[in-house]
Amino acid sequence: MNTGKRQKQRKVLLMGKSGAGKSSMRSIVFSNYVAKDVRRLGATIDVEHSNIKFMGNLMLNLWDCGGQDGFVENYLNHQRNHVFGSVAVLIFVFDIESREFPADVISYSNIIRALQECSPGAKVFVLIHKMDLVQARLRAQLFDERAEYIRTASESFRDSVDFFPTSIWDQSLYKAWTQIIYFLIPNAATIEGLLQQLAEVIDARELILYERTTCLMVTHVTRGEEGQNPFTDRFERISSILKTHKQSMAKHTGIPAGSANFAEMQIKTGRFMFFITRLTENTNLAASIPPSEQVFNAARVNILLVRPKFAELDIASKPRPGIQQAFAHSAESDRDRDRLRDHSAGGESEYRGKGKEPVSIGMGGGFDG
Amino acid sequence: MDSSHRRLSAHSQRSHPDEPLSEHGEAPQAGSSRLKPGAQLTLMRYLQDLPDADVPPSPVPPRYHTGRLPNSKAGDGKPRLLLMGQRRSGKSSISSVVFHKLPPSETLYIETTTRIKKESMHSFMDFQVWDFPGHLDYFDPAFDVDNIFEEIGALIWVIDAQDEYLEAIMRLNMTILNLQNSYPNINVEVFVHKVDGLSEDYKSDTFRDIIQRVQDELSDNGYENAPVSFYQTSIYDHSIFEAFSKVIQKLIPQLPTLEALLNSLCSTCHIEKAYLFDIMSKIYIATDTSPTDIGSYEICSDYIDVVIDVSEIYGWDRPAENGHSEIAETGNNDAESLITMERKGNNYLYLREINKYLALICLMGDDSPAEKKAVIDYNVGVFQAALKQVFPRAERDVPQTTSEE
Repeated sequence: MNTGKRQKQRKVLLMGKSGAGKSSMRSIVFSNYVAKDVRRLGATIDVEHSNIKFMGNLMLNLWDCGGQDGFVENYLNHQRNHVFGSVAVLIFVFDIESREFPADVISYSNIIRALQECSPGAKVFVLIHKMDLVQARLRAQLFDERAEYIRTASESFRDSVDFFPTSIWDQSLYKAWTQIIYFLIPNAATIEGLLQQLAEVIDARELILYERTTCLMVTHVTRGEEGQNPFTDRFERISSILKTHKQSMAKHTGIPAGSANFAEMQIKTGRFMFFITRLTENTNLAASIPPSEQVFNAARVNILLVRPKFAELDIASKPRPGIQQAFAHSAESDRDRDRLRDHSAGGESEYRGKGKEPVSIGMGGGFDG
Repeated sequence: MDSSHRRLSAHSQRSHPDEPLSEHGEAPQAGSSRLKPGAQLTLMRYLQDLPDADVPPSPVPPRYHTGRLPNSKAGDGKPRLLLMGQRRSGKSSISSVVFHKLPPSETLYIETTTRIKKESMHSFMDFQVWDFPGHLDYFDPAFDVDNIFEEIGALIWVIDAQDEYLEAIMRLNMTILNLQNSYPNINVEVFVHKVDGLSEDYKSDTFRDIIQRVQDELSDNGYENAPVSFYQTSIYDHSIFEAFSKVIQKLIPQLPTLEALLNSLCSTCHIEKAYLFDIMSKIYIATDTSPTDIGSYEICSDYIDVVIDVSEIYGWDRPAENGHSEIAETGNNDAESLITMERKGNNYLYLREINKYLALICLMGDDSPAEKKAVIDYNVGVFQAALKQVFPRAERDVPQTTSEE
């Protein structure tokens, strides 16, 4: 699997009945579509491939498989090995409104059998889609019923398959895709470890790492009482807020949505301070910190300093670049820090106190795994 | 759009030093005392739903534009917006979308209004919205016409642009002519509504046709230069909010002062466009006098959403934070926010909460880089202080016209 570039190509199959909403979903998550734009989409013919660079060393190889019966039969027979070979993840989309649910499940189990044969180690996610069309009070129950029924048809994936209710009209779509992406990220634990350290250093209440183009959460670290935040769906909500904002900026300034990225967003109130800034080429870091200018300034500087460390994780290009690079970066960041110290007048005391630590992350703390 | 809403700027910019202060100077304002001490609630969306939310002092009761006679009996002093028009023209949908944040798609299920619905807005400006059933004949002698029109701030007449509108125009003209005698100063605002369903060409044709018909008929009846303005609106985009902004702006006597302040702020800090927003309703109560385009309004309006949504997520009630008292002091009392874009040449966005109801939002070009933030912060502070003097609150400041310098 590990090629010279150590770039991980992960094959992801997106399947389900025709009209279930596969391509709509894909366009919204990966191509900056707004929910109401998806009615422009036509039927998918055969397979549409897209390569999505995600977090530097993770490349999603997304196969959006047209769901009309003719195509499906083709996948299952002539192209069986081609389609179902070396699959990392199968995402199967059910339409909750479908009138032929049992037939959908039969088609599902055919696909599952093919998958079991060609890629037994794959992971299956089932999305039960268009949940917005069900009355709110019936949603949970209907979802559970369907999920149970589908599970019985899941053969050897019965215990590992995950179910999500989704709708393109709310953040449930982001919730599901966040889980899928998290499963695919190869070095999630390392990233989390680093984030945890960073959070300690800058005294953040919460750090959330977002992928830049999709605004999907990669991972997050929550400290102290922020864990009691009543908004448990806040990560998806922020994804959705960011995405909406991006589209609004794109629409009204005429920049293509793909490049309407902000460099930084800060929100300061008497209760919290929040900012989102670029961390690496492909990620944004959102930080929620206590309401204090000193902490805020120190946090910004520290995030600036820790960037190279994350960038290295992101790319992970050579077998053992770790040590030299870490040193090189730390020397550089030492210089940076001195320069910055001269400039920072306001948050000075705070900054001196905390300034040393990210360097220690850079040198010894982090990357021994 | 029609340019008659600029009529106001003809009024003196220094109109308020002689305003009767005593009326509101005496009401001791609770300020934020109803909020828990130390809990610095900022940008709370649901404030207006709290029954006991403290009401800001109503800005000086509008003395012109309202048609109110000096000796008329004192009412509640709230400017009143009347929503009128044919049935099914979209009056209730407008009021639900603008004032109750109902998603536009849900308005399909609104039932026919059968009696006058009065709703009070406790926002920066206190005003009432009266939603009228379409079928009422207001000039039926059984109606207390005086009671309806006496304290009216603006009459909003909604015309369905997708429907046969001749009868609507006839009734509108009848109403205007009837009102002309007793209340000659009422602002009549015509919303040519549901234009989202029309093609561009057809839309402007319809719009022109409606304006033409109304004006012709009024002048045939010897009523020239009637105070009627026209707007193209739709609840599916921001146009309805923008139209309301312009309607409300006419009811703010201090508007020229506000515009002067914003102009001065813009030129001092090289701001491209500055809006003073009412946070709750997303109506802007003033902007600088440079030309507006709907795009920049929409950016700002969406930006408020971002800030409010994030504030909602992280502004939850934390258990008392011990050992952080020094932090509480250094925290910002007024929310502020800044977005810088990645690419050169894109606008910067800056938001600053002015008081509980208002936020200042500035769009800046790339010639004013974010490093200037300190200067902007300072000047916005000055602006804020000036605004306090224009709308005195608890302090019994003698209001003076102030500007940045």
